[in-house]
Amino acid sequence: MTFTIPIDNGDAVKNAEADSQRTLYPYVTGTSIVAIKYKDGVLMASDMGGSYGSTLRYKNIERVKAIGKHSLLGASGEISDFQEILRYLDELVLNDNMWDDGNSFGPKEVHNYLTRVMYNRRNKFNPLWNTLVLGGVKNGESYLGMVSMIGVSFEDNHVATGFGNHLARPILRDEWRADLSFEEGVKLLEKCMRVLLYRDRSAINKLQIAKITEEGVTVSQPYSLKTFWEFQAFHNPTAGAQGSW
Amino acid sequence: MDLNLDAPHSMGTTIIGVTYNGGVVLGADSRTSTGMYVANRASDKITQLTDNVYVCRSGSAADSQVVSDYVRYFLHQHTIQLGQPATVKVSANLIRMLAYNNKNMLQTGLIVGGWDKYEGGKIYGIPLGGTVVEQPFAIGGSGSSYLYGFFDQAWKENMTKEEAEQLVVKAVSLAIARDGASGGVVRTVIINSEGVTRNFYPGDKLQLWHEELEPQNSLLDILNATGPEPMAM
Repeated sequence: MTFTIPIDNGDAVKNAEADSQRTLYPYVTGTSIVAIKYKDGVLMASDMGGSYGSTLRYKNIERVKAIGKHSLLGASGEISDFQEILRYLDELVLNDNMWDDGNSFGPKEVHNYLTRVMYNRRNKFNPLWNTLVLGGVKNGESYLGMVSMIGVSFEDNHVATGFGNHLARPILRDEWRADLSFEEGVKLLEKCMRVLLYRDRSAINKLQIAKITEEGVTVSQPYSLKTFWEFQAFHNPTAGAQGSW
Repeated sequence: MDLNLDAPHSMGTTIIGVTYNGGVVLGADSRTSTGMYVANRASDKITQLTDNVYVCRSGSAADSQVVSDYVRYFLHQHTIQLGQPATVKVSANLIRMLAYNNKNMLQTGLIVGGWDKYEGGKIYGIPLGGTVVEQPFAIGGSGSSYLYGFFDQAWKENMTKEEAEQLVVKAVSLAIARDGASGGVVRTVIINSEGVTRNFYPGDKLQLWHEELEPQNSLLDILNATGPEPMAM
């Protein structure tokens, strides 16, 4: 349901900006999502921050949500666009349920739908400013994929958005295995999230890890990670060269 | 993707919404500025949407007024059709609908607060872009920059009505002290099951902060009060 405030279209030149609806920049943004396939399904981690420029304004935003029975959607980027995507998916899942044919959308279907939406918006120069991570399990098969705001879409054994691409994926490339247990998977994700906490300015120390298996979705309660500062080199870094950093 | 985030500034205003044990307290300053000039020093930024839901407006005065006017109109019809008072959530969602779908044109941050029989007192923050966030308390406007640390320290759950209102008045007053775009009087609106109460706190009734002095009628009063003595620096 949309309502656009009616504007006087008298002066076409003046209203050119308003007529060609385009998102120029994001306002309230979420940072990285990190996700991996593991033995029983998929694990997805995100922090609960919503940044407003450089201000860490919101500290209780859930950026990973269950979609239907078989999927998990995590989003980084503009939160209002993520909320709108959740509305689209609500409608999608509702209509799917109303068929009442015993079938339900799996992660492949949801990923495909999202890819179409994101790419078509990009073509109209009015993107949904998000990078989405879609994970799920259906009929014993695990699925993990990503869609960016320009419609680039792919699947992989481990994915990460934003800073996670640079900081988390090298760790995952080194240490990921297909037969990770739940405990090993969580430890691996926490290793990535800790690095992001140290090195990503928009990360906050309040995270959730979501798990999806054949049984269903569980999103953990919010929790904080311990951080380590007791390196000798940290204690007195400028002792040898006053004024340095 | 390297984001060059030009943090958009919500100009002019300090607005606050706080839940307490039984309802909500909304608060705001009263300064409307055009550039450096104060166009209205006693504006009312806490606007009624329904009997039980109010909205605090910040950013562009025109944008915030037109959005709240449309939503008041929609809620009026909705109340008639529904046959009972609208909920705070519905009000917030209507604001969100306008804010999100017109995000390219609007520059207004809003805080919706009210009381309904289903959820009690609720506060919803709707910043630029049209995100909706339900919060136990919300701050907005340019003056809010000075209040993040204050609320991190001073906020607690389950306050009484009096504690909540005092917190709001103190906070707006602190923001006014440091934000040039905020000033004038502090207005509060308390909404609970019993109804709505409007309060008014003029500048001279507020606590003095760092390097602020007690207001006088004239220097002459000071001189006469303490007898003729050399003027000291």
